[in-house]
Amino acid sequence: MKMKPLWALPLLYSASALSQERSLNLTQGVTEVSRDVYDLHMTVFYICCVIGVVVFGLMFYSMIRHRKSRGREPAKFHENVKVEILWTLIPFLILVGMAIPATSTLIAMEDTSDADVTIQVTGSQWKWHYKYFDREVEFFSRLATQQEQISNKFEKSENYLREVDNPLVVPTGEKVRFLVTSDDVIHSWWVPDFAVKKDANPGFINEAWTRIDEPGIYRGQCAELCGKDHGFMPIVVIAKTPEEYAKWIDETEAKQIAERERQQELLDMEMSMDELMAMGEKIYNSTCAACHQPNGQGIPGTFPALAGSPIASKPENLDKHVDIVVHGVQGSAMQAFAQQLTMQELAAVVTYERNAWGNDTGEMVQAADINAAINE
Amino acid sequence: MSTVVDDHNHEAHHDHKPSGITRWLFTTNHKDIGSMYLWFSLIMFFVGGAMAMVIRAELFQPGLQLVEPQFFNQMTTVHGLVMIFGAVMPAFTGLANWMVPMMIGAPDMALPRMNNWSFWILPFAFVILLSSLFMEGGGPDFGWTFYAPLSTTYSNDSTALFVFAVHIMGISSIMGAINVIVTIINMRAPGMTYMKMPLFVWTWLITAFLLIAVMPVLAGAVTMVLTDKYFGTSFFDAAGGGDPVMFQHIFWFFGHPEVYIMILPSFGIVSAIIPAFSRKKLFGYSSMVYATASIAILSFLVWAHHMFTTGMPVFAELFFMYCTMLIAVPTGVKVFNWVATMWRGAISFEVPMLFALAFVILFTIGGFSGVMLAMTPVDFQYHDTYFVVAHFHYVLVTGAIFSIMAASYYWLPKWSGHMYDTTLARLHFWSSLISVNVLFFPMHFAGLAGMPRRIPDYAVQFADINQITSIGGFAFGLSQLIFLWLVIKCARGGEKAPAKPWDGAEGLEWTVPSPAPYHTFETPPKVE
Repeated sequence: MKMKPLWALPLLYSASALSQERSLNLTQGVTEVSRDVYDLHMTVFYICCVIGVVVFGLMFYSMIRHRKSRGREPAKFHENVKVEILWTLIPFLILVGMAIPATSTLIAMEDTSDADVTIQVTGSQWKWHYKYFDREVEFFSRLATQQEQISNKFEKSENYLREVDNPLVVPTGEKVRFLVTSDDVIHSWWVPDFAVKKDANPGFINEAWTRIDEPGIYRGQCAELCGKDHGFMPIVVIAKTPEEYAKWIDETEAKQIAERERQQELLDMEMSMDELMAMGEKIYNSTCAACHQPNGQGIPGTFPALAGSPIASKPENLDKHVDIVVHGVQGSAMQAFAQQLTMQELAAVVTYERNAWGNDTGEMVQAADINAAINE
Repeated sequence: MSTVVDDHNHEAHHDHKPSGITRWLFTTNHKDIGSMYLWFSLIMFFVGGAMAMVIRAELFQPGLQLVEPQFFNQMTTVHGLVMIFGAVMPAFTGLANWMVPMMIGAPDMALPRMNNWSFWILPFAFVILLSSLFMEGGGPDFGWTFYAPLSTTYSNDSTALFVFAVHIMGISSIMGAINVIVTIINMRAPGMTYMKMPLFVWTWLITAFLLIAVMPVLAGAVTMVLTDKYFGTSFFDAAGGGDPVMFQHIFWFFGHPEVYIMILPSFGIVSAIIPAFSRKKLFGYSSMVYATASIAILSFLVWAHHMFTTGMPVFAELFFMYCTMLIAVPTGVKVFNWVATMWRGAISFEVPMLFALAFVILFTIGGFSGVMLAMTPVDFQYHDTYFVVAHFHYVLVTGAIFSIMAASYYWLPKWSGHMYDTTLARLHFWSSLISVNVLFFPMHFAGLAGMPRRIPDYAVQFADINQITSIGGFAFGLSQLIFLWLVIKCARGGEKAPAKPWDGAEGLEWTVPSPAPYHTFETPPKVE
């Protein structure tokens, strides 16, 4: 959208501009439910407009006509039981009229039975994890916008902060059920085009569903304050036709199974220090730096520093270091990364942390060491 | 309450008060304490406002320019806490201290020493809260609603300070509320029956009961956060058998009555000002009282409308939706009563009236978005977006704060003994009115278009709306400096105010000279 000059502001406020200008109003969305929700929204909006025009109209009429400067004598009345009963009853009836469609829409929205596809959605600081039920497909979905765009060094792309590395893929025309939960704090999974917003509560599972009409790319983001990078955990959903979806899920499943087998074979392979450091730096910056910071200094009082820390720089703590990265720290923001990264990546990142920023331990960790720690 | 027999309150034999700082430290005088509350809330209004300026400056453009996300979260959190507990609530307590005894013909508050204490612990609470911003790791950053487990397992070390600051604020509020209730029940002048009390007294009486009912709930919530974080309990941790959603139930059981605590006294103020400048008796006095009481009762039955997305059973969602929509009925009655009061009156537009009229219109707009938010299916779309931010700023800024401004302009001559500079006051009104709408109205659109709240950076399609919003924000912030200047000017001098500067005003407070003598109604007036 082009920048609108300030003088256009009153125009933007008018109801007609509201219904046409997509970017200023609620989306109609791409599901039956989202269209019902939109209709409900517009109905209530218009009712409010009518009431507003009547009430404010009377008020302004009174302000103009019943002014002291016009030499008016004030009237004496200060009660009228009939009028008072009337303006208690009429709003009540209007509200009943609004509650009826709201009730039926709500009941439809909460009916998660008979789903064709079920996907578990897990929020964690600050990414989403998707796991397809009955298929061996699961992956993390993280913000794909470059840090340089956020810090204003590069120009911002069209989908700034609304793009991810691995979008969720779902079929159109089928009932897709989401089981929403969290690994740490409360998040909220929201895609406006589906009218689905469901909190991800740690330790509990919430249900939501959608049935998308048209193929397309739909974007949303986390809606519940979840810490520092709450503004940086978008959601992207690609809806494909059932045929394309079937093709995609088969390919992805095959790829993921093959990748897992390859990981097992790679366990015996040793990587060189340079390889570990290069891979480790990449993983560190994408996964760890949000909290521990690119320079390893952490954020005092919130996220501990790694540079010069006893765990990351003292040889006797190597096992403990691996254990923390693999299993996380109970009761803290440190997650368990065993499921999030491959063993090679885990080995590389631990090696990197033990040799970067002056932690020159010279120690290397290999995938086999990580495997041992996981299987302990 | 129109005819009043009152032949005392003449200076001569009293006004013995210590001078210097000890006067303010040890005072048990309701007027001194009222003034301290009001000055304190004005200072907090600017502290919280400065944080809002930081927020709007960062959101002026997409991208991170001025602050880190973590600091941004601290600003949104502390802005909310300071404005609610530091600006709005103390301002109403200050107004109650000044006006309730004078309105019911009492010589002072019923419990004057507790009154002193309830004020003087407040600055300490805010020193604790604000100093936590300078700690290693920063201040509270989990939103003013401090949802667990973000505020427990995942919070920084300032949480303990936050918890104790909230405890002290709560104790202060409870003591203030007890004082208001005891004063109103026991110290009304002869003839001042309940149904003759000014509506400001009525609304504050009901507010005080709400405060006593819910502040202990807040105290419980923060204590559970404290023990979860530091002492290994698991009230809100599923791993130990707790439930993070239970936190939200407890919090909003406090939080929803809390919003009415911040608006009911406004209804009382506006119900005093509109009749005064319409020169006509308030329409439907008794229905106003009943409407206030119904709103207060309903406020305990609607808390979970803040939590529709947490995954409640359909039955619960329906129950809370219906109850919430029901609140529109008594609130509507109030608005209709105000319009009917103006109807065929003789209206003039002095500054208190301007703010009161702006209150009625803009608060009603906040009420409309409130009805929209009440509808559960649509709330799924609005929830946690800027639509909600727009909604609660319409009811709290153009609602609560505009009513406090109206009250200040209405009673300032009584407090200071001077008329204020009306040119400045009109400038303050018009610049506030325009800027506040440029600030908050576009937020509706940002929210509908899909911008979540509490984010330091946003997608490019929200850029225009945020820029307009920020410009409005800066203008609104600057406009309040006019108010500060006006109040200081008025306190220092000005045209002498008569006992009753507004010809249509009614009530006992206008029977005493301006400024109100240090002691008033030592012998109760007789109300007929």
